[in-house]
Amino acid sequence: MVAHLLRLKLTLLRNSFRRSPWQLIGLAIGGLYALGIAGICAVALILLRSAEVELAQTFVVLGGAAAVVGWAVFPVVASAVDMTLDPARFTTFSVPMPRLLAGLALGGLIGIPGLATAIVALSTVGTWWRGPVGPMAALAGAVLGVLTCIVLSRVVTTATAGLASSRRFKDASSLVFMIPLILLGPLAAVVTRGIAESADFLPGFARTLSWTPLGAAWSLGGDVSAGNPGAAVLKLLIALATLGGLTWCWKVLLERALVSPPYAGSSRRKGGHLGLFSFFPATPAGAVTARALTYWLRDPRYSGSLVVIPLLPVLMYFQGSQTGDYGVLTVIGPLTAFMLAWAISADVSYDNTAFALHLASGVRGLDDRLGRATACLVFALPVTVAFSIFPFMVTQDWIRLPGVVGFSLGILLTGLGLASVVSARYTVAVPLPGDSPFKKPPGNVAQTLGVQFGGMGVLLLLVSPEGVLLLLEIVTGDPLFGWINLAVGPLLGLVMFGTGVRLGGKWLDTRGPELLAQLSVNR
Amino acid sequence: MTLPLPDQPSLPPSVPALSLRGIAKRFGGKIAVDGISLDVPSGSFFGIVGPNGAGKTTMLSMATGLLRPDFGTALVQGMDVWAHPLEAKRLMGILPDGVRLFDRLTGEQLVTYAGLLRGMDRAVVSLRVRELLEALDLTQDAGTLVVDYSAGMTKKIALASALIHAPRVLVLDEPFESVDPISAANIRDILDRYVASGGTVIVSSHVMDLVQRMCDHVAVVAAGRLLAAGTVDEVRAGASLEDRFVQLVGGRSKTEGLEWLRTF
Repeated sequence: MVAHLLRLKLTLLRNSFRRSPWQLIGLAIGGLYALGIAGICAVALILLRSAEVELAQTFVVLGGAAAVVGWAVFPVVASAVDMTLDPARFTTFSVPMPRLLAGLALGGLIGIPGLATAIVALSTVGTWWRGPVGPMAALAGAVLGVLTCIVLSRVVTTATAGLASSRRFKDASSLVFMIPLILLGPLAAVVTRGIAESADFLPGFARTLSWTPLGAAWSLGGDVSAGNPGAAVLKLLIALATLGGLTWCWKVLLERALVSPPYAGSSRRKGGHLGLFSFFPATPAGAVTARALTYWLRDPRYSGSLVVIPLLPVLMYFQGSQTGDYGVLTVIGPLTAFMLAWAISADVSYDNTAFALHLASGVRGLDDRLGRATACLVFALPVTVAFSIFPFMVTQDWIRLPGVVGFSLGILLTGLGLASVVSARYTVAVPLPGDSPFKKPPGNVAQTLGVQFGGMGVLLLLVSPEGVLLLLEIVTGDPLFGWINLAVGPLLGLVMFGTGVRLGGKWLDTRGPELLAQLSVNR
Repeated sequence: MTLPLPDQPSLPPSVPALSLRGIAKRFGGKIAVDGISLDVPSGSFFGIVGPNGAGKTTMLSMATGLLRPDFGTALVQGMDVWAHPLEAKRLMGILPDGVRLFDRLTGEQLVTYAGLLRGMDRAVVSLRVRELLEALDLTQDAGTLVVDYSAGMTKKIALASALIHAPRVLVLDEPFESVDPISAANIRDILDRYVASGGTVIVSSHVMDLVQRMCDHVAVVAAGRLLAAGTVDEVRAGASLEDRFVQLVGGRSKTEGLEWLRTF
């Protein structure tokens, strides 16, 4: 049975490549990246062999505990757990529970995260290759640790399956997860500074963790090498009890989940609230604007980028406070303009086959383009202006303001124009509607990269007049160039916007069906 | 395109609601639709039946301007779908099968959106949305996001989106799939009244009983070819539509064998 499940998992993996060779390439790139990091960790762990026992022990235990926490937390918040061996699909087969558990647990090892964790864990054997017993204890610890990771992640996903299948939770969790991810840099800086100031904090923390279920398994090799067989035996018991307890929890949860499938119900709600559709003109373009704006607010794939935007000034301000030079803050205006404008370059790809409604309704391409660009402009314009002004409120050096505002507006309008053309012609690989923004999207990765980088190159070319003016202002220090930029940016931007919307609309009119055909491949 | 045209003795003299001429599509090495010519008389309730993978959806997509044919033409009320797409689409209401909806809108918003996209007046849209939701028994869920709808409700809201602009021709791909019997009966009533007042309905289905009861004309499609077309009575030629269909399409396996299934 166990072998059956493993073979099933491998077959599923292999068949997923048959759909397109690009999937294989995507997996190869992801795999190389993950295995590269795993390899670096493994080499580091083996090099730790010549380090002091306490130092090595601190690294191994903290790293191991972090891995356990990661396996528990990541699948839930990213709602990106690998469900190829979803236990719910085995309900009709009456598989004996112990074999199902063993098969599913080992199946969890197949895949990039499982393999990477296993490689790194097994490298601790190298770290403790200092005596006859050390490596054996480390090996036992590694096996226990990896199994704990996998079983724990299964416990968490099974327990939250009901929660995770509710759309609201999925939407919210993927948004909340964005915030720590963006603030990772500053957070890491604060944490490392704190740690540097109290050098003996980490070893003490690791010692404490090693007596908890999180770190017990990982500390076996170190304790044996340090000559504490008594502690090692106790911790082995803790680790075994942890794994046993988790397996029992998993069994109980799974038994319950198999007979009561998750129900993703929601309350019924009467109508009467048309939301944004009441605020925009009752024209095709107005309707598209209202629809697109509704999506910016309701679809986590869009609102994810909205969550990032307010964090940008925070991030840059932090950067500035580190170095004491707030000049770098002026970047956020143009940067925000670019990010928001470029966000709609994948608009039709985000629609996926829902785009068929536009096609079937005979919406003119011009209305489609204009509606989508306006929706973005509605909030991007005030945000861009505000973010262009904000840095100068910090630096109080107002002389550069006109130039930066002109440059930002130029980027925003030109970017929207170009994005309107790009999304009318090319589809890119994006997460499907309803999927987590973190999920690996299906489709052609190479084309996505080509379109994205090609588009950005063209954008760079299109905004070069504003860029040159900004450079001239910085080099000569003459504020006149800034004032010229304030006029040129919006004017040239408006021309580009109009041209882009018109050209994109024309392409959409002639190639709409081909675009839909491309979209229906990615599903 | 050597396929002989099927007999179509009862063509009315007026312009057909939908007219396909040698329409064909190939996907890679597979020919999905192999030169189909078909006239759908104006004012008819026209069923298109065929086994899974027969090319029904591909054919209807090409007829409605969603998929560009490799060969052939499609005319709706005499208007070339591929030469004048915007004008032709104004005449049609389309319920495509297997495409997503803008499902982060509420049901009410989605149907309103479909109306506004057609350039309709806000007051008219609002009135029709209310009546459509009422008729399709979706009023209680009008404010629920479509993503939270059941499969049948999703089908119904898509149907409402196709009806909102009072089209001359309705093209419905599998409209009754996963719709409950009461809603299906309601939808049939709506469609019957629509046909009685001069509209044309084209439905694809693989439920023969339904087509026999509901439609006055039928076309049988298999492996991308048109096997028969005409009034239901002409096509079934005395037999039940289901038997005639099996006879035309073939491929019914003998029910011998599987003896072990009775040994328990």
